Amino acid sequence: MTVKTRSKKVRVTTPFFKSMWAVVWKDLKAEGRSFQLLSAMWIFSFLVILIFNFAFELNIRERTNVASGILWVAFVFAGTLGLNRSMAVEKDRGCLDGLLLAPVDRSVIYFGKVIGNLFFMFMVEIPVLFLFAVFYNYFEIFNWGVILVIVLGSIGYTVVGTFLSSMSAQSRSRDVLLPILLFPVVLPVVINAVRASGNFLQAQEFMFVWPSIRMLIVFDVIFLALGYMLFDFIVEE
Amino acid sequence: MNEKPKMLTFFDWASVILLLVASYLVFFFAPMEAVMGNVQRVFYFHVSMAWIGSIGFLLAVFAGIAYLKTKDRKWDIVGLAGIEVGLVFAFINIVTGSIWARPIWNTWWTWDPRLVTATIAELVYIAYIMLRAGIDDPNRRARFGAVYAIIGFVSVPLSFFSIRIWRTIHPIVIGAGGENGEAVDMQMTGDMRIAFFFSLFTFTVVAISLVWHRIRLGQLQDKVEQLKVKANM
Amino acid sequence: MSMIKVKNLVKMFGLKTILKGMNFDVEPGEFVAFLGPNGAGKTTFLRILSSLSMPSFGDVKVAGYQLPQHAAAVRSKLGVLSHQPLLYGDLTAEENLEFFGRMYNVNDLGKRIDEMLEVVGLSKRRGDLVRTFSRGMQQRLAIGRAVVHNPEILLLDEPYTGLDQDASGILDDVLRTIASEGRTVIMTSHDLVRTEDMASRFDVLSKGKVIASTNKKNISKNGLLAFYRDAIERSKIEEEEKKRDRKNKK
Repeated sequence: MTVKTRSKKVRVTTPFFKSMWAVVWKDLKAEGRSFQLLSAMWIFSFLVILIFNFAFELNIRERTNVASGILWVAFVFAGTLGLNRSMAVEKDRGCLDGLLLAPVDRSVIYFGKVIGNLFFMFMVEIPVLFLFAVFYNYFEIFNWGVILVIVLGSIGYTVVGTFLSSMSAQSRSRDVLLPILLFPVVLPVVINAVRASGNFLQAQEFMFVWPSIRMLIVFDVIFLALGYMLFDFIVEE
Repeated sequence: MNEKPKMLTFFDWASVILLLVASYLVFFFAPMEAVMGNVQRVFYFHVSMAWIGSIGFLLAVFAGIAYLKTKDRKWDIVGLAGIEVGLVFAFINIVTGSIWARPIWNTWWTWDPRLVTATIAELVYIAYIMLRAGIDDPNRRARFGAVYAIIGFVSVPLSFFSIRIWRTIHPIVIGAGGENGEAVDMQMTGDMRIAFFFSLFTFTVVAISLVWHRIRLGQLQDKVEQLKVKANM
Repeated sequence: MSMIKVKNLVKMFGLKTILKGMNFDVEPGEFVAFLGPNGAGKTTFLRILSSLSMPSFGDVKVAGYQLPQHAAAVRSKLGVLSHQPLLYGDLTAEENLEFFGRMYNVNDLGKRIDEMLEVVGLSKRRGDLVRTFSRGMQQRLAIGRAVVHNPEILLLDEPYTGLDQDASGILDDVLRTIASEGRTVIMTSHDLVRTEDMASRFDVLSKGKVIASTNKKNISKNGLLAFYRDAIERSKIEEEEKKRDRKNKK
């Protein structure tokens, strides 16, 4: 598939998927070498679980009620670390300008970054789930419902997070600003994801979980569309 | 532009007079509510505040879209005016709600969908102000402001519906405030209704006047900047 | 047909007008040096040509394409080198070129990368991470990145910033090789000696306008400094006259 330029006849742009995968490949390659972003996210999310353990004196009996909340707090907080880092790399040696100079649609860069960030989110979520299961002898968290919710929630979170992190990276306060911009906007994702995974853990019927899942899907779709439409405006001067 | 428009002066005086009349209507004209007593009178202002807050935020969305389309600075000023005024009114809305809730629900605060959503809206728009403060380049500030105003406005109702779904699944939680509020609305007598709609009208006029002043202030700020640039040349 | 054609270009940042009705024309194959004091709008102008920044008003045509409507088409014809290297520190020299080559859809990329590394003299360090490179080496690799897709036009924004004598010398050689391949080059620089040597045409930019322009053959050896000072001086006098006129009118 090729992307048409804004002019009618000329096709000078790099094909959409080819350039998008180049962006993803570049992020994964650099991270696979340094592990700067992932190691920070791992350690941070483990620490969050540790702190919650003492804050709530978690035991095996109470785990059902709070498990999904703790997991999502860990994901969301570790996620901001990753998002900040992933954008900082682009601002470091002026690389964002380098990306913007390529003959590709702006959305290529956005979706490329989203896919990379989403991959990092999954790379954090998988070991955190395992660790949580081992700590609290709670292997019920590996059911298809919870996994589905985590996938949907992570998509929504990364779609908004990547977008807002490219905004905050261009401001003076940078890292500090991202959570302030991100958390109130992404709250619907957190609410529904915590609810839905909680419901699945309590083995409730799908009928009760469906409204939350539906909200997650609605959120994902709306913000994918918004990100696609508005990304041009936050990278062009 | 420096001259204050006559229409705005008219709005200013209209606001003062209407506020006095509205206060009379709310405090003396409207009858005391049978169940809740005098504290119910907060309701008239409370709803008006929520109304103005939402209108201010909505104005910012339209101004944001207009800015992104035209890149005309005046829309940035309008958007900021809408959000600043909306932010103040939305805050008063929360505070008055809390005052009402203390005797009626026996608590200053419950995690009811409307309360939470109002708070989230407040946080979104505080973030908007902080975002603007963190950017020096005025074009970028306007662009980012417009984009965030749009995104924030889309997200807030999603929060509201999310929390509502959750409540309907768990009906045990403290009685839903929304329904209480609506119940009051239903039982409004004719005089109450007059007071209610009159204060709604009053605060609309007040808000128009305030937004207008804020836009003028923004334009004057621009003028000062322009003079500074000229002086440095 | 001119390679770059700019008419009445105005760029505003908020209320500040950086470019005030610039006119500018470049023929294919010209090497134009942009001179001017800090804040004259040189970087802003290059950012507009490279489609990173939108013009507020005016008409900009690059390689026959209108900006900003045909930005993507323009970008495929451009190579940009700024004082920042625009490279990824956690990728090797080779991987950086590979990434940007893919973004530009370069054919036969492997061969092109070998070629580029040879030109900028980094073949031996191809497997090393860019963040271990010295500033001069990063800048050389940045040249490789800028021309990996064989662009018709090169925009160089202060390429010598932060380089020592040796590194600048190497950069000189590389730039000369690349410019000699018939490319149109526009360069901004503070370094008049170096610029005089390389460019074929000199434009002086001050306060958002081109105030003087001359060809190399019109100035004597080492006469660039005099030409530059003269231009700046003249614009100052003109401005003061304007101010006086304004005051007199009042």
